[in-house]
Amino acid sequence: MSALHFQTIAELADALAAGTTTSVELTQAVIDRTRAVEDQVKAFNSYDADDALAQARASDARRAAGRALGPLDGIPIGMKDVLAVKDQPLTASSKMLANFVSPYDAHVTEQLRKVGAVIWGRLNLDEFAMGSSTENSAVHTTRNPYDLERVPGGSSGGSAAAVAAGEAIATLGSDTGGSIRQPAALCNVVGLKPTYGLVSRYGLIAFASSLDQVGPFTRTVEDAAIVLQAIAGHDERDSTSFKTDIPDYRAALQEKKGPWRIGIPKEYFGEGLDPEVAAAVQKAIDYYKSIGCEIKEVSLPHTEYGVAVYYIIATAECSSNLARYDGVRYGHRSPDAKDISEVYFKSRAEGFGPEVKRRIVLGTYVLSSGYYDAYYLRAQKVRTLIRNDFLKAYEEVDAILTPTSPTPAFKRGAKADPLAMYLCDVYTIGVNLAGLPGISVPCGFTEGGLPIGLQLIGQPFKEADLLAVANAYDSAHNWGKQTPKL
Amino acid sequence: MQYEAVIGLEVHVQIKTNSKMFTRVAAGYGQPENTLTDPVVLALPGVLPVMNKAAIDAIIKAGLLLGCEIAPVCKWDRKNYFYPDSPKNYQISQYDQPICIGGSVEIELPGSARNVMGEHKKIPLTRIHLEEDVGKLNHGAVDSLVDYNRAGTPLMEIVSDPAIQSAEEAFAYLTSLRASMIYGGISDCDMEKGQLRCDANISIRPVGATTLGTKVELKNLNSISYVRDGIAHEIKRQIAVVQSGGTIVQETRDYDGITGTSQSLRSKEMAHDYRYFPDPDLMPVEVDEEWKSRIAAECPELPFPKQERFFKQYGLPYTLTSVLVWDRALADYFEAAAAAAGSDKAQAVGNWIVNDLLRELGAAKLTVAESKVTPAALAELVKLIDAGTVLNNAAKEIFVEMFATGDSAAAIADRKGLKAAPTDTGELEQWCRDAIAANAKSADEFRAGKESAINGLKGPVMKASRGKANPKLVDETLRRLLAEG
Repeated sequence: MSALHFQTIAELADALAAGTTTSVELTQAVIDRTRAVEDQVKAFNSYDADDALAQARASDARRAAGRALGPLDGIPIGMKDVLAVKDQPLTASSKMLANFVSPYDAHVTEQLRKVGAVIWGRLNLDEFAMGSSTENSAVHTTRNPYDLERVPGGSSGGSAAAVAAGEAIATLGSDTGGSIRQPAALCNVVGLKPTYGLVSRYGLIAFASSLDQVGPFTRTVEDAAIVLQAIAGHDERDSTSFKTDIPDYRAALQEKKGPWRIGIPKEYFGEGLDPEVAAAVQKAIDYYKSIGCEIKEVSLPHTEYGVAVYYIIATAECSSNLARYDGVRYGHRSPDAKDISEVYFKSRAEGFGPEVKRRIVLGTYVLSSGYYDAYYLRAQKVRTLIRNDFLKAYEEVDAILTPTSPTPAFKRGAKADPLAMYLCDVYTIGVNLAGLPGISVPCGFTEGGLPIGLQLIGQPFKEADLLAVANAYDSAHNWGKQTPKL
Repeated sequence: MQYEAVIGLEVHVQIKTNSKMFTRVAAGYGQPENTLTDPVVLALPGVLPVMNKAAIDAIIKAGLLLGCEIAPVCKWDRKNYFYPDSPKNYQISQYDQPICIGGSVEIELPGSARNVMGEHKKIPLTRIHLEEDVGKLNHGAVDSLVDYNRAGTPLMEIVSDPAIQSAEEAFAYLTSLRASMIYGGISDCDMEKGQLRCDANISIRPVGATTLGTKVELKNLNSISYVRDGIAHEIKRQIAVVQSGGTIVQETRDYDGITGTSQSLRSKEMAHDYRYFPDPDLMPVEVDEEWKSRIAAECPELPFPKQERFFKQYGLPYTLTSVLVWDRALADYFEAAAAAAGSDKAQAVGNWIVNDLLRELGAAKLTVAESKVTPAALAELVKLIDAGTVLNNAAKEIFVEMFATGDSAAAIADRKGLKAAPTDTGELEQWCRDAIAANAKSADEFRAGKESAINGLKGPVMKASRGKANPKLVDETLRRLLAEG
């Protein structure tokens, strides 16, 4: 049996139920592990051990009174530092919000509290979730637990690295263009981006409202199903939250047995794909074939426009979403500002990092009078074409399988060119533009020991089917249960 | 050269709802600064807007009252600009798909005399859309403070076509629009509380020209009178500029109602690029027939149609209707009292309301709803007068007492001994005979056909009865005796 902090939710839920461990013991193990490795990994922006232990004691008391709340009761779950947790910092890894403390809980935070989870720590990210490496964080760069010289991916790099390094049992992140799946792939963990509208965005700091979605990082697909169960469902505080019946995701893993028709989009296997990644993904395809799945080549012809469309829509929305950070009501306010213009210009110049500024400028430009039709409106039209590509493919297949990231984790500083960094998300962006669910599942390692992820893309609001397809591979391989040497 | 003005009005009307447009915190006025706020109003990180259905109901009602087409689908857009009164630094508004399209506001221009109805006109509307109000800045000596209590209050923007031709028409437009909104229960339209605000786009052109001149936007027209005065001033200013060889610059000007002057705020070159785009946090609104008909059932009759009906149904003169119909509570009061008194007495009821009730309400600073005199009680008084049971002078005194105490007219008349004398006493006939005997000249004149001469006999009878004689009976008795010879 592995150390407590490396076990899965499913395993720990059994142990807690059997009384062989307690939430306090588990939470203490996670805290100890974090203190031991955090100097190397730097997954957290902050954590509050006393607060976590108090929650753990409450969980143990509940259980002792016979009122345990289910498999997440007592499990420490870390939160990306864009998800509001009452009375805890909420920084988006930005100087702009360095001293901001949230007065309220995000919907997902409330949902996790309802099932007894121990809300644990504030996890690092690229500032305002803009980036693919956490190098854009104003706090620090998180390291890949499998190679500390390399990045963990991003933007939810802290969330991925914390699970990989045993600093949390599961974490939540947010995914706008791949920010859950890409770091999951680079850190050997499972990362699920739900269908747009399945999980409320209330309390998630907005980057691009029409693309953002909250999802879990876990060690197994089964654990992802358990966490999704807690956070999915309608919330009237988010007008884009969809009213739909939430099935029993964990039960679906057993009930839905396939065989499935799995689509392989040729556009995702072209130039730029690392051969070791290609080989690992091919092995996964071969596995699905071996269990009786039908493997079909499909075409997503508008794939090549994905990155361009994404950087118009996402930047347009962010230029407006981030306008509220002005130093007037909260957040960084330049001490040198002498009038209202200076409050705006200086506070924002000092408070935002270069990538955030780049995207605000780009987004402001594409929305400007005279350019709106050529950029934003056209991008929205192409976005529809991209979604239609997927929906057409689903007439023939149940799920689509691709690599998650074209390459394994790269070294810090290797992608100084923003465009090179943007291409990290080439396989994940289409899923956000189409609003579909996507999951990254560990599928092996390079010869150099770097994790590789495969992406499975499902149909809208059919997470139960997607998780079942993913679990068929994951439960047979369990790559995510391997642990890094730290 | 003769010039004519072309005016379009943009009127902002706060919708009277319990909560704000996109969050549940209370909407209101006069509360301590920044108490009507929550994370959504303050635009804290991570919050999202959720539509207030009551506000959408209200704007549909406004649209139906003004004859607008209600769009089957409308959407929300973000209007992006930085200003400290706007917590998100964008305002959620409706850009190219407003909820109400077209429609009109009926106006009445001043008549040739106070008792003559003026010309009616319909000012066409371009659109009405829904948005959220901003906060308020309080400028101090060294800094400015912002109060977000108003921020996020549901706000309608009612945009007229450039079809208003004078300051008087603008005044009439606002008067009518305001009454319609109050009638519909959509807003209280208190301009002092900022519940109704007006910007005017004004241009001039040579009479007969078909193209529009360069427009100037006039802001801060804080009362309906300022709207009239500001527009009149701006038309004069523009004509003076053109006549002295200058050209009108497209700009926004600030009108100061106290000094009656205006100054430039910004020119066209400094106009904002609002970077409108659809708000990704909100879904479009679909208004189906069922929704519309539910709201239509709640729509009241507006003042002008009511006035037409009052002419026809009650035969009221213009002067009475023009007072009664502009206040929905007053009009309702009138109809209730007229129904109780009988429609032949509607005009008497109307006179009592306009002359006496309004005078007493005004003096006591009360509204119609607060009146202790119910419509039924007023009707009773009118019936007593009609029956000759109380006399007009006594009735005035009775009404004042009714207003003060809420007691019935009959009770007050009894208590104060203000009832006319009983009808069958021998005294009355004797007083009449005495009056005829003592005023032979009047009696002769009456017999000779001078109808008004009878009044010379009534006076002494009333005097003899110390004012208590029933005038109807006095009249009948005198005529009988005079006919007898």
